[in-house]
Amino acid sequence: MLASVLNVTYLVGAVALVLGLRGMSSPDTARRGNLWAAAGIGIAIATSLIYPFEGAEHNNYGWIAGALILGSIFGWLAAMRVKMTAMPQMVSIFNGLGGACAVLLAVIELQQAGAATGAAQLSVLMLTLLIGGVAFSGSILAYLKLDGKVWDSQVTLPYHGAVNLVLLLATVGFGVYLTTTGNIPTGLLIGLLVLTLVYGFSFVAPIGGADMPVVISLLNSFTGLSAATAGIVYGNQIMLVGGILVGASGTILTILMCRAMNRSLLNVIIGNFGGGGAASGGADGDQVVKTVNPSDLAIQLFYAKSVVIIPGYGLAVAQAQKTCKELDDLLSANGVDVVYAIHPVAGRMPGHMNVLLAEADVPYPKLLDLDAANDTLAGADVVLIIGANDVVNPDAENDPASPLYGMPVLKAWTAKQTVVLKRSMSPGYAGVQNPLFFLENNKMLFGDAKASLQELVGEVKNL
Amino acid sequence: MDQLLSFINENLLLIYLLVFTVILGFEVISSIPTVLHTPLMSGANAISGIVIIGAIILLRTSSPTDYFTLSLGALGILLAMVNVVGGFAVTNRMLEMFKKKKSTK
Repeated sequence: MLASVLNVTYLVGAVALVLGLRGMSSPDTARRGNLWAAAGIGIAIATSLIYPFEGAEHNNYGWIAGALILGSIFGWLAAMRVKMTAMPQMVSIFNGLGGACAVLLAVIELQQAGAATGAAQLSVLMLTLLIGGVAFSGSILAYLKLDGKVWDSQVTLPYHGAVNLVLLLATVGFGVYLTTTGNIPTGLLIGLLVLTLVYGFSFVAPIGGADMPVVISLLNSFTGLSAATAGIVYGNQIMLVGGILVGASGTILTILMCRAMNRSLLNVIIGNFGGGGAASGGADGDQVVKTVNPSDLAIQLFYAKSVVIIPGYGLAVAQAQKTCKELDDLLSANGVDVVYAIHPVAGRMPGHMNVLLAEADVPYPKLLDLDAANDTLAGADVVLIIGANDVVNPDAENDPASPLYGMPVLKAWTAKQTVVLKRSMSPGYAGVQNPLFFLENNKMLFGDAKASLQELVGEVKNL
Repeated sequence: MDQLLSFINENLLLIYLLVFTVILGFEVISSIPTVLHTPLMSGANAISGIVIIGAIILLRTSSPTDYFTLSLGALGILLAMVNVVGGFAVTNRMLEMFKKKKSTK
């Protein structure tokens, strides 16, 4: 009787997860959606705590309660303390922890597996170990990289692509071999675990900079998949449903991001944009850019009718979103129509710029997505491009030879005047020069995004 | 081939669930706008902590003197719980900022 009631509560939990994710489809319902999803997991955990088993039932509630309470405290503290700009590394480390749990499960079950364990069960456990392991160590390295603790060059070997391929084949081969033998000695199991973790590390090692969000999202889908395979092991449907939903979400975000950056997934995983060296790096000698000083720009902005701000990675790195909002307020108070054009991959992860601007109190109706932004950009008086580069490159539309060709971009050049706030003339991460900088109606304001914006704010206040 | 077919037939309902969840997942996630992709990522991330159920089941069925399983399993629960609680809490924090903006507008 109890079991049949609890099966229904598992079902309720699974439905809450799906409805919760559905709620995420609009900013108005997203918060409720998140609470629904949390309730779904809560119901599932409560159910699993009292679900009766046939045979031995030792419960060990002391151990479980201790772990649940400690985990909740650590998780809560981390979530309350993290800065919004540090969100990518936060997501990475949390993701790694989920992967670690899947790995621990697989290790324990495999270590206890005997002759009675079926081949299907063994294969699924092995899959959980491999996917969870890569998700775990990969996420940890991604965290270290995003947090600036490790640099790409420190962990990349020559011919890293080949090294990775060999490691992958070795890991999978070893896993398959152990599965077919049926009996797994602890020593070999540990060997496989180490190999898997090394591969996860090595998988993430050559990926850097603006490609990191793709990797986080991919690793997120791996963790989801490992939860789903673990669900098969325990014959638990809600684990399967939850895991698959996460897998689907991670996969879709990965695809969307690759598309927004005009890259194939393989290209992201294997390496940088064609080595980056061949393209025209640095300023071409015979082309000159015009610069503008902050006081002139302040006057121009103050008396403009419409201003579009295009924030990019540089703004996020300089943590200048609050200063940006300050400028916005000053201009809006003078009747200037200020909106933000957000490229899908602006910031340090997809949608990150929206969160950063929301934190700075920018109302979200002011944030335009790609299509709406391109309509507004045409004819705008001044476009401020802050720390963005490749996402406003006209070559994406005009030059079939450019690596950016075909990538959806913000057509800043259709405005009357563009101003680029940037530290130097160095190319963006695609490694190509941006012809926008040399256009007749573009001016440059060199300097750190935050410092430049502060100067602008000061000048506008003096008007 | 026969083996594969019989495996599918024996686990028919599970496979139905798997296939339809994949389709459902892709449909639901595709309708989520870019604005919400960061909260989606951290929310989905929290859901992946559902693997904790497995760890709880494992711990409840293992012998009270099997300290290997108990300690590793408890570690698994702890880590997954950090993922779940931290993930949902941080997502809520982000979404609260979106909400506040709307009411003050």
